[in-house]
Amino acid sequence: MADIVFWFVAFITVFSAGMVVTSKSLLYSAYSLLFTFLGVTGLYIFLWADFLAVVQVVVYIGGILVLIIFGIMLTNKITSVNISHSSMQKGVGAVVAIGFIASLGYMAISSPWLQAANTEPAETTASIGRLLLMDYLLPFEVASLLLLGALIGATTLSRKDEDG
Amino acid sequence: MITGNFYTDASLVILFLPLLGFVINILFGKKLPRQGDWISISAILTTLVLALILFAIMLKNWDYKFSHEVIMPWIDMGAFKIELGFWVDNITIVMLLVVALISSMTHIFSLEYMKGDIRYNRYYAYLGLFTFSMNGIVLANNLMSLYIFWELVGVSSYLLIGHWFEKNSAADASKKAFLTNRVGDIGFFIGIMLMFTAIGSFNFQDVFAGVSDGEIKGNLLTLAGLGLFMGAVGKSSQFPLHIWLPDAMEGPTPVSALMHAATMVAAGVYLTVRLFPIFTPDALVTIAYVGGFTAIFAATIAITQNDIKKVLAYSTVSQLGYMILAVGVGNYTAAFFHLLTHAMFKACLFYGSGSVIHAMHHSLHNLHDHDTDPQDMRNMGGFHKKMPITSTTMTLATLAIAGVPLFSGFLSKDAILAGTLYFVDQNPQHMILAFFGFGAAAITAFYMFRLIFLTFHGEPKMPKVFEGIHESPSLMTAPLVILAALSTYIFYTLPINLIPWKDYGWFTKLIKAKDSVVAGTPSAKEIYDGVHYMHDLALVLSLTVASIGIGLSFLMYYRSTISSKSWAKRFGTFYRLSLNKYYFDEIYNRVFYQPFLKFCNIVAIIDWDLYDKYFINGFGHVTKLLSKVTGQVDYDGLDQTLVDGVGRSAGGLGKGLKNIQTGRLQNYMLFALIGVIIILIVQYSVIL
Amino acid sequence: MDNLSNYVLISAILFSLGLFGVITRRNGVAVLMGVELILNSANVNFLAFARFGGMNMSGHVYALFVIVLAAAEAAVALAIIINIFNNFRTINVDDVSELKQ
Repeated sequence: MADIVFWFVAFITVFSAGMVVTSKSLLYSAYSLLFTFLGVTGLYIFLWADFLAVVQVVVYIGGILVLIIFGIMLTNKITSVNISHSSMQKGVGAVVAIGFIASLGYMAISSPWLQAANTEPAETTASIGRLLLMDYLLPFEVASLLLLGALIGATTLSRKDEDG
Repeated sequence: MITGNFYTDASLVILFLPLLGFVINILFGKKLPRQGDWISISAILTTLVLALILFAIMLKNWDYKFSHEVIMPWIDMGAFKIELGFWVDNITIVMLLVVALISSMTHIFSLEYMKGDIRYNRYYAYLGLFTFSMNGIVLANNLMSLYIFWELVGVSSYLLIGHWFEKNSAADASKKAFLTNRVGDIGFFIGIMLMFTAIGSFNFQDVFAGVSDGEIKGNLLTLAGLGLFMGAVGKSSQFPLHIWLPDAMEGPTPVSALMHAATMVAAGVYLTVRLFPIFTPDALVTIAYVGGFTAIFAATIAITQNDIKKVLAYSTVSQLGYMILAVGVGNYTAAFFHLLTHAMFKACLFYGSGSVIHAMHHSLHNLHDHDTDPQDMRNMGGFHKKMPITSTTMTLATLAIAGVPLFSGFLSKDAILAGTLYFVDQNPQHMILAFFGFGAAAITAFYMFRLIFLTFHGEPKMPKVFEGIHESPSLMTAPLVILAALSTYIFYTLPINLIPWKDYGWFTKLIKAKDSVVAGTPSAKEIYDGVHYMHDLALVLSLTVASIGIGLSFLMYYRSTISSKSWAKRFGTFYRLSLNKYYFDEIYNRVFYQPFLKFCNIVAIIDWDLYDKYFINGFGHVTKLLSKVTGQVDYDGLDQTLVDGVGRSAGGLGKGLKNIQTGRLQNYMLFALIGVIIILIVQYSVIL
Repeated sequence: MDNLSNYVLISAILFSLGLFGVITRRNGVAVLMGVELILNSANVNFLAFARFGGMNMSGHVYALFVIVLAAAEAAVALAIIINIFNNFRTINVDDVSELKQ
């Protein structure tokens, strides 16, 4: 049963990701991205990453995706539902993508991965918190600085020039 | 608490706080209120407080064996390892206090003295850099970091001497100081490398252990010791590298007080004190002679100088010679003692001279007189009435340097002279060292009182200027008063001794000499007992010579019962020699610089007129002929067909490839990815 | 589902699709979506290696940092896109080829 669910989730993820990059309508792309994110969240749960699954839903779907949709609407006429967006160099791009899938996939399947035996699911939130505030305190602080920088940068960039 | 150990933390803060002041002032000083002087001053006052705390802890613990070392790896390449660190013991603590105290006084004194200077913020920044480097020397636990800070001190002294670099003389003086120091530093570096090659470590303790295990001995050890001493010769301005210090008086006077009286020149003495255990008897005798000769030689120059700062400069050279002499005769704690007392009274004298020059300068400025030299003592006289604080404090410091009882200089000078007497007693063939020592003591007393009498007493030589003289503001007199107070004996004999002619006190109890690690040298105990034995004789002798010097000066310049002019005439040759500093600059010019320039000229003639003209040009003619022939072949044969062909095909290729440059980011990315795939495929085929 | 290579395979496919989007899309927002896919694939890899490497929590922390990065990147990228739109009246990245010449 779990196997079926896993493959279903994997299929949703990959299929909707394909939709994101091939769909002709920008809005459809955005909605497909929603399903990709949901699928990835499912994968996280299969990977016993409960905390990150929640973060994925909150940040990616609740934050980034909304932001992207806002971006679409701010830069196009909202009234036209099927905002078309064409693609270019599709042929070569497809070749490259397939080349990547082939080579990376071959690597993924053929490599003798070292897997730790008898791993038990563990409660992750507490240990992530401990790691963040002890071993990774400096990167954590740097990340907060990065967010602040992005906040200020985004505000400055998108502000209308007052001088005209 | 940074590291959890108070000594380590305190020394880290003391070391880096002035550097912080330097960085802030050099970058933002101009924009800060008051040009950032308050940053430097608060930094230096914090280090002063910390140094005082360390000092208080030292007094509380009362442990002469105290030693604390921190070692941190710097370069670690397996077998080759260099470690840096601190070594804090009682000598370090005393030295830190001296540096912090004199540096603080300089910072405060400069507030008034440098007011309105065009590079005010830079001046304070460089003071911070200097304090940082000096503290680095003091805290170093190994020769490598000592050498690094040693050079940093050289650089900051260069910057500070040349502070008024618009004046040619200041710019020249800073260059001279730097280059002369370099001469000594070459020897220093050779000494360090000899030590490192033989022992494999820069660390002082390892070096001492290595020497006592005999890993380096005999002539090589003497050579290494003399090499290390070369560094001290340069920095402490010993004969024959003494020429830079008097010229360095071109710098601002507070700088002269800080560097060229109390700290930077003391670094050389500090080095010999630190490294004393490794000097061989041969090296020590050389050191003693260099020091003794410098002491008397510089003193004889100081007699005839008329520039108030030049007198003090030569006096400093002479006193440093004293300290080196003390190291040479084995009584190195006395050298360090004199370093400490000398730092106080000499800094006081320099600040006093700064105060006088400041007053002269203002008075001359108000009279619109820009030709009279404000530093010439022949233009002064009678200033005691106008500047009582400066006069009194300078007189106190002069009593100290002359070796009058109740003052600090008496104690330390007495210890040095007793050590010298003991050495001479043991080695009668070095008799002359004692004459150097006592002779210099007499002359020092004479010329220092000459300075006091000429400047502060007698009739004003220039009444108009005299009218405009007034006491300096309290920011300038406060350091004078503090340092004059520190020139009395009481601060060095507390808390166990109040008798002014006995030198035991916290200093002698807490700074104990270490045994030399070289075989065949007398132990510290022997020297200590010997010095003790000679103490009374030295006391009587030094008091006698000091009173002769002071008395002669009194008669000649205060009472004028002996005419200095007629004496100058009687000893005409000597007078001229002394006035012209024994023509040392001229001798160096004639012996080193001019021959070198001539040699350069000869080399140039050989190179240009002989080698170039005949050999090179002849070669040229042959080549010209040859090239004509090949030119024909080349142009007609190769160029037309092969070379042009390559060019044309490259052009065609370029035209084709131009289309790839679309200006679209995604195109570029695509090409890059295609490249990645090709690499992946190649990798696979290699692996499979 | 208990096999590391499955996750790595899925992540490889997601990565390639993201690359495809980044290369081929004309619309700036769509390019951004491609980038998000790539970042997600990296996260799946992190977590997969963490899970099969004996629940090593460092992977989770890194994934968290990637999410932080993605959020910051999305905000700035969208600000830039809006700026481009204000200046050029288009967000088609191939119309904005100032880099040529």
